[in-house]
Amino acid sequence: MKTEMQLTIDRIKCDGHGLCAELLPERIRVDDWGYPIIAPGPIPEHLAQHAQRAVAACPTLALALARIARSK
Amino acid sequence: MSLILLSAVVILGVLSSLRVQSAGWPRFLTTGLHRNLALMTVVFLALHIVTAVVDPFTHLGWLVAVVPFSSYYRTLWLGLGTIAFELLAAIVVTSLLRGFIGPAAWRAVHWLAYGSWPIAVIHGFGTGSDSLSVWFLVLSIACIGAVVMAVVYRLMYRSGDPLSAARTEFRAGVARRPDR
Repeated sequence: MKTEMQLTIDRIKCDGHGLCAELLPERIRVDDWGYPIIAPGPIPEHLAQHAQRAVAACPTLALALARIARSK
Repeated sequence: MSLILLSAVVILGVLSSLRVQSAGWPRFLTTGLHRNLALMTVVFLALHIVTAVVDPFTHLGWLVAVVPFSSYYRTLWLGLGTIAFELLAAIVVTSLLRGFIGPAAWRAVHWLAYGSWPIAVIHGFGTGSDSLSVWFLVLSIACIGAVVMAVVYRLMYRSGDPLSAARTEFRAGVARRPDR
């Protein structure tokens, strides 16, 4: 079964540091208060490494990459 | 060298909680530098400890690197160095295992940084073989001044989090709920 990566955000943990949006502007932008808005849908292959860097950089461990079964 | 690195790491840590940023200095640079310089500090400290232990002049032995105040030679000053390194080791290990131990425990241990740094400074003044030379004094005072300035700045401006007050209020409100 094929899987794909999806970004998830724990809104309780997130303090709006905004590092994720700096590192992955292709998928994440911030709202007026600095909290991330994540584009829906799976992470394309060419962004996988950048997504992982954004997850590793999150100061509050709120951002995560989830591996989910491809829905078809 | 280790003191310069350690001071830079402390300053970057303070800056990241202030959320310093500008056009040429994004926020991830502060935390990225903080992490990488911290790991580099550990390497430099490892070198410092190994060379001190194997130095035939003092015959320190490996126990000194682990157990504070176990050295017959400059017991107090070397003991402080051992403590500073062990605090730093605790900070690095918990940071690497942050995902497993959770942010609250990680944060609690990370406060030890404010203990490790001054102890390291005193260790340097107490037992540094150049501690009376001009370059050492200038370097040390520059490091102390820079860290003190960053901490004062931090205390004056509080957190860089725009919702900090609201968050504290909300958490206090949750804690006060009678049905919990």
